[in-house]
Amino acid sequence: MTRHTISVLVENKFGVLSRVAGLFSGRGYNIESLSVGETLEPNVAIMTIVTRGDDFIIEQITKQLNKLIDVIKVQDLYETDHVEREMILIKIAPKQADKAEALRITEIFRGRIVDSSQKTYTIQITGDEKKVEAFIELMKPIGVKDIVRSGKIALAREGTKGK
Amino acid sequence: MKKNGAEIAVESLKREGVRHIFGYPGGVVLNIFDVLYDDKDIQLILTRHEQGAVHAADGYARSTGKVGVALVTSGPGATNTITGIATAAMDSIPIVVITGQVPTMLIGNDAFQEADVVGITRPCSKYNYLVKDIKDLASTIKEAFYIASSGRPGPVVIDLPKDVTSATAKFVWPENAELRSYKPTIEGNKWMINKAAEELGKSKKPVIVAGGGVILSGASDEIRELAEITSVPVTTTLMGLGAFPVSHHLSLGMPGMHGTYYANMAIQESDLLFAIGMRFDDRVTGKTDAFAPHAKIIHIDIDPTSIRKNVDVDIPIVGDSKVVLTELLSTLKEKVRPQWTKIREAWLKTIDEWKRLRPLSYQFEENIIKPQYVIERLYEITGGDAIITTEVGQNQMWAAQFFKYDKPRTFLSSGGLGTMGYGFPAAIGAQLANPGKTVIDIAGDGSIQMNIQELATAVIYKLPVKVAILNNRYLGMVRQWQELFYNERYSHTNLDVVPDFIKLAEAYGAVGLRATKPSEVDDVIKEALSTDKPVFMDFVVDWKEKVYPMVPAGAPINEMLFDETEKKDKKLKKDKIVVS
Ligand SMILES: Cc1ncc(C[n+]2csc(CCOP(=O)(O)OP(=O)(O)O)c2C)c(N)n1
Ligand SMILES: [Mg+2]
Repeated sequence: MTRHTISVLVENKFGVLSRVAGLFSGRGYNIESLSVGETLEPNVAIMTIVTRGDDFIIEQITKQLNKLIDVIKVQDLYETDHVEREMILIKIAPKQADKAEALRITEIFRGRIVDSSQKTYTIQITGDEKKVEAFIELMKPIGVKDIVRSGKIALAREGTKGK
Repeated sequence: MKKNGAEIAVESLKREGVRHIFGYPGGVVLNIFDVLYDDKDIQLILTRHEQGAVHAADGYARSTGKVGVALVTSGPGATNTITGIATAAMDSIPIVVITGQVPTMLIGNDAFQEADVVGITRPCSKYNYLVKDIKDLASTIKEAFYIASSGRPGPVVIDLPKDVTSATAKFVWPENAELRSYKPTIEGNKWMINKAAEELGKSKKPVIVAGGGVILSGASDEIRELAEITSVPVTTTLMGLGAFPVSHHLSLGMPGMHGTYYANMAIQESDLLFAIGMRFDDRVTGKTDAFAPHAKIIHIDIDPTSIRKNVDVDIPIVGDSKVVLTELLSTLKEKVRPQWTKIREAWLKTIDEWKRLRPLSYQFEENIIKPQYVIERLYEITGGDAIITTEVGQNQMWAAQFFKYDKPRTFLSSGGLGTMGYGFPAAIGAQLANPGKTVIDIAGDGSIQMNIQELATAVIYKLPVKVAILNNRYLGMVRQWQELFYNERYSHTNLDVVPDFIKLAEAYGAVGLRATKPSEVDDVIKEALSTDKPVFMDFVVDWKEKVYPMVPAGAPINEMLFDETEKKDKKLKKDKIVVS
């Protein structure tokens, strides 16, 4: 079982997301993360789907995605050199003694404090999965109250062929 | 000039060549029904249930290759179509189902007779639409027919809110439907086709497995030519029956759970399995790990997801069966033809031996009608010149085994979904599309009761469909499993009271005939065929009869069970046949 990031160009119409989601749920495949947004062309959207499976499952997933009438293009980025990013918003409630440490780590990770209250900070971190995970691990002992993750977005690098 | 949505819908259907619609009215489709009221070109066939309407549209499509059309109301009308839509989807049948919907401003409000049809039909249709703007109506209908009938065909649903049918707009008919996101692959990869040709030339023990895709693409002639010039035996799946003549000396009949001994043995012993327009359904493969263990597999299919879904494939060819086979045939003809007949001689001899050892058979009895006998007689008396539809159960399997299908689009059966209640309305659709042709539904006493209301449709539209009920007073196929695998605990499979099918037929204004002894079978069939009314033929058959051979679910397909009476046959034991 390997993890694949699949990039799917779709017609930007209502109902397309449910067709894609239904394909996964109807066949018992799991979606680890999913993000959707418009592209340069307003009637085309791009979905970045992270899923897991052996070669057979991934082959079926990409074929089944391609088969959906509204899907324009499917690219399994596993085979392509690409950049991946994820954004998280994390709300921490550090003890007085930990505050400086929390801010220092945030700086190291090039995070930004986007909101603060008397007891909490909300920090924005952007990066690949490793970086994001590492940051969360470091914050846990300090006291994490809430996390939201954007799901991954990815783009193939220019001028690269399959690995 | 402006038209309202209902007029645009009807006009669009005409542009698509539609002459018949199967339907059932209701509040939100009244505008369309009103247009159809005095329309000269399109006839609406009023069925007695929306499921019947969809199956009839499906039978119409399967028997002709044209797109079948059904029109129903919202809510319960639409939900009643689901089984029909799923049936068509599983067997890749092109139909367009138009469902009325509540007015757009009420959608999502749990309005009276509202159902989320796009949501419900998403997983069981090829595609679906909710038309929110009258300007999209004509192009949606154009697209729907294109999607339904191209690539791997399938059902398309158009959900049409009432206010869209009453709004007005200029009618603009798009001459083409083009979708940048939908481009079925028709031509096969040349390099792969060459490889396939090479393998065919090398193989000593090849077998062709032809499925429903061959019928859908109209590739029967090509299969026949391929089989004949390369001397390769052909087995046709349930969905492929008729794609290759069963009476041909290279035919192996049907493979799989209730397939012939020789088809299953040929597959298991083959060194090359050439799968064409079939999808390795579990009823065909049995245990997939043990399926065709010695064979290289070539697989032609128009749907890439069918390839390498259930079994691994050595030479995948995505494309339309007819187009790919035409290319393959020209490749084969270019090459110096090896001595096909010579290299296959030993293989064809082995197969003939298998055919001789275990033909499809049953024990005829004088005093009680064996269901297989009924089907043999139907075949003999019609000379095979009939369209056969089936229900599901033992009736379906015997219909597949004992009637010999020599032409495509003559065997209509719910293969993928296995829908009891399919055969009768499908026969009505097929009869409407093929006036003058003999259309027979081979039915079970259980299944026929699932859409028996359509007898009214057959009578009123003077569609002289014949229904041969193999009346065993049981849900026979389920009873068979209980007998073989559940210690004869017949839990809820005895139908106890089966209606008097003769009286029932008469109550609807049709004809009912009954045979209780073998000697009466021919008379009943002949009389039924000579009446111009729908007929129920009630054949009171031996309830104990089982369908053989049988591969238990999940077993390799060479592990077949046969009739015990056969097993005891000493002569067969001497021939050392592995019975299990
Ligand atoms: C709609 C539906 N419900 C249940 C089944 C499960 N099923 C398969 S065969 C069968 C029995 C069919 O009985 P009958 O029509 O009398 O046919 P027989 O097997 O006796 O020939 C049943 C219940 C089905 N295939 N379809
Ligand atoms: Mg029965």
